[in-house]
Amino acid sequence: MINITTNIEGEDHIIMVEGDVDASSSIHLDEALTELANDDSVKYILVDGSQLNYISSAGLGVFMSYIDDFKNKSIKMVIYGLSEKVSNVFQILGLDQLMTIVSDKKEAKEKLHEVQS
Amino acid sequence: MKFNLKVYCDKTRLKDIREFITEKLKAYVHDDLEINQMVLAVDEICANLIIHSNYCNANEAINLEVFVERDGVTFEISDEGEKFDLKKYKEPSIQEVVQTKKKGGIGLMLVRRIMDKVEFVNKEQKNTCIMHKRFKHQ
Repeated sequence: MINITTNIEGEDHIIMVEGDVDASSSIHLDEALTELANDDSVKYILVDGSQLNYISSAGLGVFMSYIDDFKNKSIKMVIYGLSEKVSNVFQILGLDQLMTIVSDKKEAKEKLHEVQS
Repeated sequence: MKFNLKVYCDKTRLKDIREFITEKLKAYVHDDLEINQMVLAVDEICANLIIHSNYCNANEAINLEVFVERDGVTFEISDEGEKFDLKKYKEPSIQEVVQTKKKGGIGLMLVRRIMDKVEFVNKEQKNTCIMHKRFKHQ
């Protein structure tokens, strides 16, 4: 139903979320993000949503709950690869304005490492 | 046309509910985004009933009825758990949700954005959430 794998590419930690993130499975996404948030060496997180089939408010709530934590710890997170269906769920509440969501991995890496002016 | 599904109050049944709604609506709605929004709204209400009204007690059940009409769909989701009073519900702002890190509280917000009408009716032991969505293209 849900499968979460974390890979490291250089200094980027990539979380791949496969399947459905709903009220019964969002705990697994939460655990994966907690692990990264508690690791002081983590500064860049990419969420690969290309295999994410469905997200409900439980999944959105998990992402939202880390916005302030990541900001305080100077951790940057970019979500990419969302289908139109999943992306639309983020847009309903305007969460696409609160989080960085881009179309593909290349753009996600550029966004993650862009120099702040 | 009327469709009916009864599920026990277990969170793992949410996927069955989503598959049921998707399959039934596909015959009437051809826009995947529109179907997913309705599936999401039903999923959110069912998750709330399973978790908050029935405390994931698998001895309890929720009953879902789907009425497909000419201009749209009406969903009636009923249970006999703790009743929910919409009048006492105060919708939080997105900023409040971010700051409190509650990981919950936005399900009903989504439902109200998606559906054209949402109401909760309590009659004796039975609580029913009635939602209506007009089709985008008829």
